[in-house]
Amino acid sequence: MSDRIFGVFGVLLAIGFAIAASQIKESFLSDAVGPKAFPYIIATVLGLSSAVMALRPDPEPIWPPFAQFAEIMAAAVVMILYAQLLPEIGFVIATAFAAAYLSWRLGSGIIGACLTGVGTSVGIYVVFHLVLGLSLARGPLGF
Amino acid sequence: MDTFSNLADGFAIALTWQNIGLALLGCFLGTIMGALPGLGPSNGVAILIPLAFTLGLAATPSLILLTSVYYGAMYGGRISSILLNIPGDEPAMMTCLDGYPMAQKGYAGEALSLSGIASFVGAFFATWGLIFLAPQLVKIALLFGPAEYFALFALAFMTLGGVSSTNQAKSAFAAALGLGLAMIGVDSQTGVPRFTFGEVHLYDGLDFLVAIVGLFALSEVFIFLENRHGKSDAKGKKLVIGRLTPPLSMLKACTPTMLRSSFVGFIAGVLPGAGASLGSFLSYSLEKRMVDKDKSFGTGDPRGVAAPEAGNNAAAGGALVPMLALGVPGSGTTAVLLAVLLSLNITPGPLLFANNPDVVWGLIAALFIANFMLLALNIPMVGLFTRLLLVPPRVLMPVVAMVSFVGIYGISGSSFDLLVMIGFGLMGWILRKFDVPLVPIILGTLLGNTMENNLRRAITIENGDWWTLIDSPLAIGLWIVAIIGFILPLIFGRKVKSGMQRRDEEGALTD
Repeated sequence: MSDRIFGVFGVLLAIGFAIAASQIKESFLSDAVGPKAFPYIIATVLGLSSAVMALRPDPEPIWPPFAQFAEIMAAAVVMILYAQLLPEIGFVIATAFAAAYLSWRLGSGIIGACLTGVGTSVGIYVVFHLVLGLSLARGPLGF
Repeated sequence: MDTFSNLADGFAIALTWQNIGLALLGCFLGTIMGALPGLGPSNGVAILIPLAFTLGLAATPSLILLTSVYYGAMYGGRISSILLNIPGDEPAMMTCLDGYPMAQKGYAGEALSLSGIASFVGAFFATWGLIFLAPQLVKIALLFGPAEYFALFALAFMTLGGVSSTNQAKSAFAAALGLGLAMIGVDSQTGVPRFTFGEVHLYDGLDFLVAIVGLFALSEVFIFLENRHGKSDAKGKKLVIGRLTPPLSMLKACTPTMLRSSFVGFIAGVLPGAGASLGSFLSYSLEKRMVDKDKSFGTGDPRGVAAPEAGNNAAAGGALVPMLALGVPGSGTTAVLLAVLLSLNITPGPLLFANNPDVVWGLIAALFIANFMLLALNIPMVGLFTRLLLVPPRVLMPVVAMVSFVGIYGISGSSFDLLVMIGFGLMGWILRKFDVPLVPIILGTLLGNTMENNLRRAITIENGDWWTLIDSPLAIGLWIVAIIGFILPLIFGRKVKSGMQRRDEEGALTD
């Protein structure tokens, strides 16, 4: 069933891709093929392969129970927050929190997670910024 | 001979203190990444590309670093196969079959050192193969026009799923998805924006490094988050290594096996759609059929350890041939290495050999150096690597995630790229659930624009005649190979796959 849904989604994606391709404004200076032709070919392959998937599905994949699904979403949210806050609060603090969170969710205890977080953050800062001179996001505290 | 003077020049380039240091670092990191379950060669190289890039290394040093990682990961994969019966990466799967039983019988040290030597032999001969075969392939590639290149790209996509692919629809879907993603951005020929939806950040197109790191490294983190309850850590097992040198008689018995397997692996690496996993599978099966008279394969026969290791390392070298000579990678990791070249503004292919011989020969010399270093690292220091195996994922994975973020942020300094990377990470996780291969997506984003340019150039030269695509015998030949390569797995895919799995079960049963 999953494959059928995925296949239908793929067909819709292909149609959407083709529509978006048809919206491309052609320049007055165009080559013989133009910017639309190759996207149409891609949309065709995408649509056909999705249709095959929908019609001949593989055995059902093992979906995680809701709790683990939420786990992954939560991790993604933390990463998104990390990406947004990185320029605001600086590399070291943001990274320590993000790494500690991931470590906690992967099964560390609270103290272990904090140590992993701080260790990862300071370790990366020392190796990549202080030793190798890579510029990392600078926060209000200067690191 | 010309080849040897080129090679000597290559050694002159590679033998600087900086390059030797980078090769050593790469070998060390690569072995670790190969050994740790969950971080394979593609992941390892993917995480390190942005770093090599942002550190401002020149082309040859970055290549030396990353190919050392690549070779190192091929060596490292065997360590966890032998000690824990968990393949560190996919090509090392076959090494479990005889390596783990050997370790259980108390010959772990012998198995490790023997497989180290087998890896060396495989990689050594494959590098020689690369030296002699790549220039020949370049001569053929010089005959290619845009139409032939378009056919060649199509061939690469159609065979990438490999002979063991069970669902070609999913491979095709992945390739189309990757190509579609490559279309995002301003069209290079006419200057009109495509699929940008007015978002200025997308005008430059998606950075393929962002896609690679997201799809490979971050999706791995998500997989670990999902599975953390099910998987047991590698802890609690006592690792007895024993003596670290194989007896001479064992080496002698394995020498013909190693040589045959190197040859088979190299061929498997060069051919499109085979790659290292198939290389080790084929060499193991062949050896089993040829020398296994007393049915000792699967119960800890040293030859069963030597064969797949020589095979997969030879395949790793072989896979570099089409990547360097044609610019078309045949496997996941070489696709990632292609990304390295492209991000350094080097276009592989025949012109690379003519215009940047220093890069090519420096790289080849570096492969030899890395290979000797790996042998030196892997025999006496294997104990260190086995201890690193005990780093639990709950410490390792946050580090992997954060290093990925640092690398991508270092390139562009924009949060937008990080968000795109997270998006790719989630997409990678979902696609893995559906068993959709990720490598064609990467290859699509890498080659999409070049492929389109070749198509448009070919047709523009012929004033809009699409039949030019199948006009020359060379192009027709390439299309035929592509179609056969696409159809063959439909017939044999399940058979090969079940062959691989059955052997896996056999190995499990004999424990």
